[in-house]
Amino acid sequence: MEQRLRVDWIRCDGYGLCSDLAPDLIDLDDWRYPVLRTVPLEGALLHEAQRAIDCCPMAALKLVRASRDRDRG
Amino acid sequence: MARAFAVDVSLEVPLLVVPRLLAGPPLDGRAERLHDHLARLGPLPAARDSRDLIQVLEASGLLGRGGAGYPVGRKWRAVAEREHGSAVVVANGAEGEPASAKDRVLMAHRPHLVVDGALLAARAVGAEELVFYVGSEHEAAVESMRRAIEQRRDELPGRTRLVRAPVGYVAGEASAAVHYIEASDPRPTTTPPRMSERGLRGRSTLVQNVESLACVALVARFGDAWYREAGRAGTPGTALVTMSGDVRSPGVREIELGSTVGEVVESAGGTTRDVGAVVLGGYFGTWARAEDVWELPLDPAAMRSQGLTFGCGMVGLLPADACGVAATSRILSFMAGESAQQCGPCMYGLRALADAMARLAAGRPREGDIADLRRWSALVTGRGACRHPDGTAQLTASAMAVFESDIDHHVRTGRCLATGVRLAA
Repeated sequence: MEQRLRVDWIRCDGYGLCSDLAPDLIDLDDWRYPVLRTVPLEGALLHEAQRAIDCCPMAALKLVRASRDRDRG
Repeated sequence: MARAFAVDVSLEVPLLVVPRLLAGPPLDGRAERLHDHLARLGPLPAARDSRDLIQVLEASGLLGRGGAGYPVGRKWRAVAEREHGSAVVVANGAEGEPASAKDRVLMAHRPHLVVDGALLAARAVGAEELVFYVGSEHEAAVESMRRAIEQRRDELPGRTRLVRAPVGYVAGEASAAVHYIEASDPRPTTTPPRMSERGLRGRSTLVQNVESLACVALVARFGDAWYREAGRAGTPGTALVTMSGDVRSPGVREIELGSTVGEVVESAGGTTRDVGAVVLGGYFGTWARAEDVWELPLDPAAMRSQGLTFGCGMVGLLPADACGVAATSRILSFMAGESAQQCGPCMYGLRALADAMARLAAGRPREGDIADLRRWSALVTGRGACRHPDGTAQLTASAMAVFESDIDHHVRTGRCLATGVRLAA
């Protein structure tokens, strides 16, 4: 089943490391909070995603199974 | 079906519907007594198989009245069919929405309807704990519910209590309510898990609005077919709405779902000035031009198809000679101040929206403000632990559409199109 990134908005403090590590997946908004692109996570992109997850200082990123719920973060 | 309600029809304004929730004694500030409640409606149905009531609720089509409009029966089923553990029921009467008074009016005048519904919920989902979460600023409602609960201690689950909700817009959000009840912290928590999966102290928790529970008290007695006898535009039943702004008799009314905006305004005595715009649903709802919605049925499905929201049943009227940009600016400033300050996009984004709208209202825009308002509205949507930013973004986007020419006039001429006033330059 397809996986996607999800941001825990309460944990996220806007460090922005995730965007540096996964520039193909994560942009930063006006206030340096992550905006997730909707791209399928496979191969190299999945690898990028995992690095971003591992390096977030607030452990605010994780992989979840894709669902129909509104999920922009 | 011949069920006689004792309804006094000698009112000054025409009734739109035979009252259901508000049937009984007049709304004079006093709570209906248990004795009168039982004499008027009959006893609560005896404890029956929990599946029966849930099925009846599903058949009735009753939608939740907290703002999201989620089907009540489906919500109860999710809690009843949990995998393990006991359950909790939270009767949510926080009503932090300033534009809504329906929950406090209902609790102050018909507390036993709410207690009935909560009790039925606890039985149906197998809850051993029941919390009535009532906005601390709604003093009449708090006192009325406190008395009603005390009076019916013997019927209620052993662990039943009333918790005064702190003042605050998001304190009534489901996860915030549970967080406050558990840890005295009225801030939303991250979802998933939903409260029905893991709520108060990790247990499956049914958080249900008090008006929804009052509806259940009637459906349980009179059935789903009775419930469906009302409703004109597809969604069955009646609902409480709060009329505010320029209307002769503001306040809470019961309407048949599907009544139009115009009909409801007339039933509240009409307006004193020409109406320009209407805000529907609450501060988290939508603006619309009066002429576009006068014939609109107040029906959740009909409104959704028009990009509008029934929300908490608020109908606010803005006169044509009042400034919609200023009104929106006040709402946005309020909403920004009510952010729980946990999530970046909400914390910063709502403040940015409010400040930009304030500049437009004052005729002192910065370059890019109009484009930024549209962009930021899209940007904050879906990027927070709760839907507070989504609601604010929705209201902003509707204001940008409805007041487009007012905004343009403010910016180009330094004058307000609606009031004619020269804005500070």
